[in-house]
Amino acid sequence: MSKIWKLGNDIDTDIILPTEYLAFETVKEMKPYAFSPLRPDLASKIQPGDIIVAGNNFGCGSSREQAPEVVKALGISCIVAKSFARIFFRNAINNGLLLVEQPDLYDQVEEGDEAEVIPGKEIIVNGKSYPIANLPENLMEILEAGGLVKAMRKRNGLD
Amino acid sequence: MGHTLVEKIIGNKVGHEVKPGDIVTVDVDWCMIDDIMVPFAVQKFEEMGFSKVAKPDSVVLIYDHFLPATQVDDSRHFRAGDAFAEKYGIKNVHRTDGICHQLMTEAGYVKPGDISFGTDSHTVTYGCVGAFATGIGYTEMAGILGTGQLWIKVPETIKIEIDGTLNGNVTSKDIILRIIGDLTASGATYQALEFTGSTVEAMSVASRMTISNMSVEAGAKCGLFAPDEKTCDYCKIPYDDKIKELHGDDDAKYARILRYRAEEFEPVCACPSLVDNIKPVKELKDIKVNQVFLGSCTNGRLEDLRIAASILKGKHVAPYVKMIVTPASRKIYREALADGTLEILSDAGAIITTPGCGLCCGRGGGILCDDEVVVATNNRNFLGRMGTNKVQIYLASPATAAATAVAGEIVEA
Repeated sequence: MSKIWKLGNDIDTDIILPTEYLAFETVKEMKPYAFSPLRPDLASKIQPGDIIVAGNNFGCGSSREQAPEVVKALGISCIVAKSFARIFFRNAINNGLLLVEQPDLYDQVEEGDEAEVIPGKEIIVNGKSYPIANLPENLMEILEAGGLVKAMRKRNGLD
Repeated sequence: MGHTLVEKIIGNKVGHEVKPGDIVTVDVDWCMIDDIMVPFAVQKFEEMGFSKVAKPDSVVLIYDHFLPATQVDDSRHFRAGDAFAEKYGIKNVHRTDGICHQLMTEAGYVKPGDISFGTDSHTVTYGCVGAFATGIGYTEMAGILGTGQLWIKVPETIKIEIDGTLNGNVTSKDIILRIIGDLTASGATYQALEFTGSTVEAMSVASRMTISNMSVEAGAKCGLFAPDEKTCDYCKIPYDDKIKELHGDDDAKYARILRYRAEEFEPVCACPSLVDNIKPVKELKDIKVNQVFLGSCTNGRLEDLRIAASILKGKHVAPYVKMIVTPASRKIYREALADGTLEILSDAGAIITTPGCGLCCGRGGGILCDDEVVVATNNRNFLGRMGTNKVQIYLASPATAAATAVAGEIVEA
């Protein structure tokens, strides 16, 4: 089971990771500052395996890939939102971070609820099932390879 | 059946007709990598195991966000870019010339019908010349560096028709802010915007750039204008039959069509802290400002500086207001220097800075503290973008910004 952290609509990439932390050499150094403009203490509370549930347009704004990388580094296993901004969507998949579009879940769960995510099938929260769709085939290939770097290494005959 | 502009651009590139929803792999004409993302793109490129860049002449490195460096780590990014360029034979490197999205068309790279990707979301700006251009992350950029290609999903198109003549104090910034308000910040997600109509035809390429630039703030994948004679003059190419074909057909299938009269637009602001929180300037009463920022890839061009100068000439910025002016490129800086624009702005008390992204991304001089108010001509008013999370950022046109600087509170020009 995964604990839910609930965020709102239009969570932009400046909120996920402000510009002043983008030049750190490693994602590990960026971790404490994730979501800091909105909830400064959130990064320290997230535990590996937790999930984020959000409203519309999650990840809007800049193309900074540090945003999905830092979310993944915090151990978030999946983001469930009503919708995602397109650059964030591609960046997350390319880093092997699972994103799920689900229209109903957001309005019916609370922060702290426990969820079970079964990719391509359903999310179960408080005994209720919310159906989820599969990603397009070319994206599933990248996700299943563990991200675009690994997919390209395979292409280049390295793994 | 006819095609939308984005369907034509992508179809021409892949050599067959395409329709929305098709997933196609395209040869990439231009890759733009900015200074923030350079070290990360290089690291991913090497992790992927590539030994050479597929098309070095299609790659353009531009240092702008961290210029001049304000934090000790920033210079590392310039050195990473220089080392990468040296090692892989990349000749197109702009170290101090201005903002990436200004330079990609101004310096002669992107032309009508091209397909470009950049490591910054405002790559959509190049739609102003009828090019498909959009932002990606550094991992995908690393993949393009190695393969010269990227997959894209052909988007549906929202057509926006604007006809008529704008009122005197209304600019293309007011148009795009209003449209973002109408569409909402996610209203065009995964879709292309295509701007047409007599108002659009009458606009300068610079004004179109402002609109293309902000199309991503409605979630759009690209924001396109059909190239015309003005576009070709700007790009220094002939206005030939191939270019004339690059427009949306009358019988193309659009997801939505929005129609506006130019006369209905008025000066507006995007109010804190969402780009789609649009209000008419005349409704914003008694909002005192601490700072005004004129610049960015949205509104740092010569016509923007000239509009501000026409308002500030013979006047002075209010005593408690700091006005920061950042030309978008060295070329613009020099033109504004030569024609006296910078002198007028300086006489009025503005601080003129070196070309670059500057304050827009919260990295240049001019960071604000809790409860301060800034009126800015750039493209984002997100929480914490220009200082603390209690800074109030209002996005506006250069005209509104200049008038506000004189009045010391938000006013129409």
